[in-house]
Amino acid sequence: MLEIIQGYYAYFFLILLFIIGLYGMMIKRNLMKKVIGMSIIQSTVILFWIVSAFKEGATVTIYDSAVGVGNPDLYINPLPHTLMLTAIVVAVVTLGVSLALIIAIYRNFGTLEEPLLMERTK
Amino acid sequence: MNAHIPLLIPLTFLFMALLVPLAGMLNRHLAHLVALAGAVIAFYFSLVGLSIVMDQGPIHYHLAGWQPPLGIEFVLDPLSGFLEVIITGTALFVLIYSRRSVEIEMPDKTIPFYSLTMLMLTGLTGMVITGDLFNLYVFLEISALAGYALIAIGDKRAPFSAFRYLTLGTVGAAFYLLGVAFLFMITGTLNMADISKVIPLVKDTLPAATGLALIILGAGLKMALFPMHAWLPDAYTNASSAATSLIAPIGTKVAAYIMIRVLIIYDFPPVIEVLSWIAAVGIIAGSILAIAQTNLKRMLAYSSVANIGYIALGITLANPLAFIGAMLHILNHALMKAVLFLAAGGVSNKMGTLDITKLRGLPKQMPFTTAAVLIAVFSMVGIPPTGGFFSKVYLIFGAIESETWFFVGVILLSTLLNFVYFFRVIDISFFKPYGTKNGPSEKAFE
Repeated sequence: MLEIIQGYYAYFFLILLFIIGLYGMMIKRNLMKKVIGMSIIQSTVILFWIVSAFKEGATVTIYDSAVGVGNPDLYINPLPHTLMLTAIVVAVVTLGVSLALIIAIYRNFGTLEEPLLMERTK
Repeated sequence: MNAHIPLLIPLTFLFMALLVPLAGMLNRHLAHLVALAGAVIAFYFSLVGLSIVMDQGPIHYHLAGWQPPLGIEFVLDPLSGFLEVIITGTALFVLIYSRRSVEIEMPDKTIPFYSLTMLMLTGLTGMVITGDLFNLYVFLEISALAGYALIAIGDKRAPFSAFRYLTLGTVGAAFYLLGVAFLFMITGTLNMADISKVIPLVKDTLPAATGLALIILGAGLKMALFPMHAWLPDAYTNASSAATSLIAPIGTKVAAYIMIRVLIIYDFPPVIEVLSWIAAVGIIAGSILAIAQTNLKRMLAYSSVANIGYIALGITLANPLAFIGAMLHILNHALMKAVLFLAAGGVSNKMGTLDITKLRGLPKQMPFTTAAVLIAVFSMVGIPPTGGFFSKVYLIFGAIESETWFFVGVILLSTLLNFVYFFRVIDISFFKPYGTKNGPSEKAFE
């Protein structure tokens, strides 16, 4: 049991983070808090990719004469990191669009509380 | 040029998305023409692409010359070529219609509207054509982000419905990306063709199964499969008519395409039987919810939920006949829904209301629109000479083929339910007395 925790503690942390994000998005009544929950979920996914690329004892993917090119196991797979740069951009854009929508909602209805909004959009 | 067709289709839309604001600066009316030109060119490319694919087999395009496992690959095969034609064709028809409706509904937002439309089509055509799972995610988010903005241009409630769509859509995309992470961990590649070669070796491992479940969950959220459909009715009802008629016919279908692709990669695992049941529940629930609506656009939105159920059912029954039915239904439903939503936009602009109970005298007011609606309704219900009949027949044959008699019953029952909610519209508009007292309201479009 202790070995599992030691080996996979990052994943347990990510599961926790994902659940916190889902909780924020589904249970919280304020739209701003929903956006925060959404951002946490996106960050969790990005972190998941990064954690999955980690290798014990490997170094960054830049040629190092001390390490050489003989053993690829000594380098981390750079692909997840590059992919996640794109995912981070997407997450930022999503955040921007959601904040713009929140501004529009506040201008139209004067509140960001979901129960009130449900009432006023009837 | 023919070898470049896979790239040219999304690129045309991307180029036009940038050209629309520039042309709009010169003259506001040019924006529509540029967008229309983009749709015509892309439609031409996808027709040529489909004819080449049918003759000579799939076209593979390697971006920047990098070979597939390393580089991104665009693949135009019969399935993606078919969907490409549906997307660009529907977009072309909607853009021809949208000039007047956009002028009336959002006179000061024409340029952003057309620019966003082009961006969304870039995403949708790109999603269909790409052969790389991560690239698909990028295109998915391009189309989704443009879609949120398009839906937010509408009536006063539109930003709120767009926000709900945004939160759920983003979580859907996050689930998809998480699923791709599991697939990448177990197979070490993102190219679909490569993954489908590796997957038989690792099919029974936990990461492969988790990846499949997460991707299907994400695609299900995006395609508004029944229990995850909460965002759809509001988004479709409150958006402007041009945006709805663009997003409703093709947006959810492309998410269904993700599901098809992933299931093809996994070679239709037996687990998907669960999905057939979810789809069957969705067909019935969507139809019943549609009966309960009084707003025409909302009713059509719930009918979309039911029809996505047909498509999902056809895919997950996993036999050739049902699959043909699902493909045919993607085409038929795109056309029928486009017609019905375009007509709904026309009705709301001319009659000033979308309340079904106030549609008396519609045939007298708008004879051509009513004729088009009538044909589309026949097709929705599945009356023989129309397209909807044939896709339903194929679905029923598919269900018989796999000996799932319950699903045969579901399809027949939902046909009756379709008849109930569409007949209400016909009944009120044709047969209720039409006098000055109950005539159409003179109120202009709000």
